[in-house]
Amino acid sequence: MSAAAVLLQFLNGLAAASSLFLVAAGLSLIFGVSRIVNFAHGSLYMLGMYLAVWLSAKLGFWWSVPLAAAAVGVFGLLVEFLLLRRLYRAPELLQLLATFALVLVIKDFALWAWGAEDLLGPRAPGLRDAIEIAGRPFPKYDLFLMALGPAVFALLHFLLTRTRFGILIRAATEDREMTGALGVNQRWLFTAVFAFGATLAGLGGALAIPREPANLEIDLSVVSDAFVVVVVGGLGSIPGAFLAALLIGEIKAFCIGLGYSKVTLVAEFIVMAVVLVLRPWGLLGRPASGPRGATAAPFTLESKKLLLAVVAALALVPVFSSGYALVLLTDVLVFSLFAVSLHFLLGPGGMVSFGHAAYFGLGAYGAALLVLRAGMPMETALLLAPLAAAAGATLFGWFCVRLSGIYLAMLTLAFAQIVWSIAFQWDTLTGGSNGLIGIWPASWLSSRTAYYLATLSLCCLAIAAVWRVIGSPFGHALRASRDSPLRASSIGIDVRAQQWTAFIIAGAFAGLAGSLYAFSKGSISPETLSVPRSVDGLVMVLLGGVQTVTGPVWGAALFTWLEDAVSRDVAYWRAAIGAVVLLLVLVFPIGIAGAARKWLSR
Amino acid sequence: MRYLLLFLALCGNAWGQNIKIGELNSYKVFAAFLEPYKKGMELALEEINAGGGVNGRKLELIVRDDGGTPGDAVRVAEELIARDRVNVLMGTFASNVGLAVANLAAQRKILFLASEPLTDKIVWENGNRYTFRLRPSTYMQTAMLIPEAAKLQKKRWAIVYPNYEYGQSATASFKRLLTQAQPGVEFVAEQAPALGKIEAGAVVQALAEAKPDAIFSSLFAADLQKFVREGNTRGLFKNTPVFNLLAGEPEYLDPLKDETPNGWWVTGYPWSEINTPEHRRFRDAYQKRWKDYPRQGSVVGYTAVHSVANAMRKAQSADTEKLVEALKGLEMQTPFGPIVWRALDHQSTMGAYVGQLAQKDGKGAMVNWRYADGARVQPSDQDIRARRKE
Repeated sequence: MSAAAVLLQFLNGLAAASSLFLVAAGLSLIFGVSRIVNFAHGSLYMLGMYLAVWLSAKLGFWWSVPLAAAAVGVFGLLVEFLLLRRLYRAPELLQLLATFALVLVIKDFALWAWGAEDLLGPRAPGLRDAIEIAGRPFPKYDLFLMALGPAVFALLHFLLTRTRFGILIRAATEDREMTGALGVNQRWLFTAVFAFGATLAGLGGALAIPREPANLEIDLSVVSDAFVVVVVGGLGSIPGAFLAALLIGEIKAFCIGLGYSKVTLVAEFIVMAVVLVLRPWGLLGRPASGPRGATAAPFTLESKKLLLAVVAALALVPVFSSGYALVLLTDVLVFSLFAVSLHFLLGPGGMVSFGHAAYFGLGAYGAALLVLRAGMPMETALLLAPLAAAAGATLFGWFCVRLSGIYLAMLTLAFAQIVWSIAFQWDTLTGGSNGLIGIWPASWLSSRTAYYLATLSLCCLAIAAVWRVIGSPFGHALRASRDSPLRASSIGIDVRAQQWTAFIIAGAFAGLAGSLYAFSKGSISPETLSVPRSVDGLVMVLLGGVQTVTGPVWGAALFTWLEDAVSRDVAYWRAAIGAVVLLLVLVFPIGIAGAARKWLSR
Repeated sequence: MRYLLLFLALCGNAWGQNIKIGELNSYKVFAAFLEPYKKGMELALEEINAGGGVNGRKLELIVRDDGGTPGDAVRVAEELIARDRVNVLMGTFASNVGLAVANLAAQRKILFLASEPLTDKIVWENGNRYTFRLRPSTYMQTAMLIPEAAKLQKKRWAIVYPNYEYGQSATASFKRLLTQAQPGVEFVAEQAPALGKIEAGAVVQALAEAKPDAIFSSLFAADLQKFVREGNTRGLFKNTPVFNLLAGEPEYLDPLKDETPNGWWVTGYPWSEINTPEHRRFRDAYQKRWKDYPRQGSVVGYTAVHSVANAMRKAQSADTEKLVEALKGLEMQTPFGPIVWRALDHQSTMGAYVGQLAQKDGKGAMVNWRYADGARVQPSDQDIRARRKE
């Protein structure tokens, strides 16, 4: 690269960093204050884009930007006021489920309102063309963005350090309970911060339209980038987010400039993994105080008779149907096991994983590779594949258990994305983006009935084993490590060893689910390792109820059935699923199993 | 009595019941392409049933969303087979989904007409007895651009493609075919941004630094729009000819509007300018039915349904094995002219239009176009047999 080329790529990186910072700043503020993992932040950005494209046709680009940002801000205010406000007392992470539902609803709303075609916005009047820098044309609009990023940063810095509102935000970020105890009206603060963060997201989206078209896929891609920036920078730290945006923007620009464009597929996740391993609270973050006195209800298994009756009923299904019911139930069983394994980590283990699909996918790929490349019989491959997942969990778990809370969750996500990108790129071994096909069960298991019964027995055994572990001395030690690491270690429990073991167990059982999945579908692709798969797992666990034992199973059954039933008959089925999830969240904040138990014990 | 009932049931099966096509596709994930596709299918279905159906039975479409992932698609396909008892599977868009359903079709022994997926593998490396594909493949569309590319006699080429199988195989085919047509050609830069996440500024800059004489791209959708705007602003295309797969398809061309780069060579579908009788008939019927103009997807959906109907007429049956034999070598008329379903690799010879982009009244259009027949852009039969492992 010539010096001029280096300069230009540096400027490209700065422009990219500015737009990254705008979205990330809002997300960081919201998380810092309310601890809400706002999945819908990218959707707010997308709304900003669509609104700006729509308004700029009527009012011109420059008027559309503030109006779109303000409109998204008002929408954010309504969301907080009507929805999230009702959920602050609910178990942790339930807001995550609510914002996930919002993603689905907003996506279908945008499709309904603006159509399926991408909408390329206008160029910014006055900044349409390029100027010469070092003999090369560079867009004027990018220069504007480069200036705007630091300007917004300065403004936020002023707001946070010099105004009363800012001081309250910082206080709440430091210690939420204490801020409340000192008489600060938290409700008002949360609403204001959420609306403000939403405005920033809308602003980011509106300002992006001269550079990229408004499209329906932008929401998830933006939210994952924004999360990475926030976590790399340190949660709630605006300077950290700024630094992280710069780092990631420049790394990507130079990967492209130096001819390693393929790395951009995971560049930010590699950065995140490295940063979190070296600095467990991000670049400029500080250890956050956890919520005080949060102890979960003891785990007791609901009526065993009922469960045995359910299993018996499931075993009798093939008598009545040899068709689609078995296919759907096979999916339900596989996802139940997947959800149970995630719940083991998340409930008793107290470790949230955003990347549990990594182990599901490792199991699936393990099974496929053992059959296709090592020529192993299907039965052996099915049972050995979980070892691949366990090996992955052993490696990643070692790093993850050194972190806690959302940082741990994001590190699991980073590892999952790295595994995903390897499967995606390693054409000769994994079949690349197309994946591997032709992975069918052995002939004695190839009928739907036989495979269903095999899945039923393996899943029931595995789920029973996980539940047994929850009730075992190890399970108790694990919960002690979660609820009070300090006390646990003082009575001689090796906290990290418990957590690491839990990671490996959860990984292995997720791997078994993945292995069963692979043979039920006949083919696998990197999708089995992807973020949406991890998110589905979380949704199942949360729908069922984190504080119960059997919840994940009911959650998995409900969610799988819902997807199947709704996508068949409803045009806007994503919005319909979102609406049902929202309703369930509002009516049963402790999950369906939790609600059932409460109702039964009354 | 029991036998009588059984007999009646069999008769009902044979005469009264509709012939069912189970269509599964990623309607929400690729809505821009698949909404027109669905309209094309419905138009064809109405035409067929208005003309008395097929073999005396009405044709019925059962349309399902496959969720855009192979796992869900396989479940939906199983449902279409087991619960709806469809006679034929049809559809899919993304290559990995298409391959997964093709694999299931071979396992369950049911005909699968893959309408949209572009991957070469679905009819070659992973081809099977029960899978047929309608659209011109990545290889075919790349090969269509080679004559114009070689004619320019440009020495230094830069390549940009979305980093997944479609972009990778387009790039590999382009390099191989252009080197054959024009020995001594050099490939000086290669950019492979992640699908949907191109950093257009940096990519355009990096391509410009390589000082290429010409560019080959297989970008589409949002990536294409970002690349075009950034390249226009930075003057990348001023003196550098560009070849871009698919960019002339209305689905990807229309959003570009006044940004449409003049002179790019593309494959696509100049719907307003094709005035052959068969296309005019299709276009008029489509516009009359939907009050909208046809897109590339409309033609694919329309032709896919007619293909199934024609195969059933030829087979005089809806039986899978008979349909497979009927489709092999089936000749039929389409809006693009006559096509043949090749017995060799189950690929139809449906072609595409090769032409240059131009702006007309602030909108994108294709000029200087020609129809590239799919039959003429194939590797040798021997190569194909080797890749199909036959």
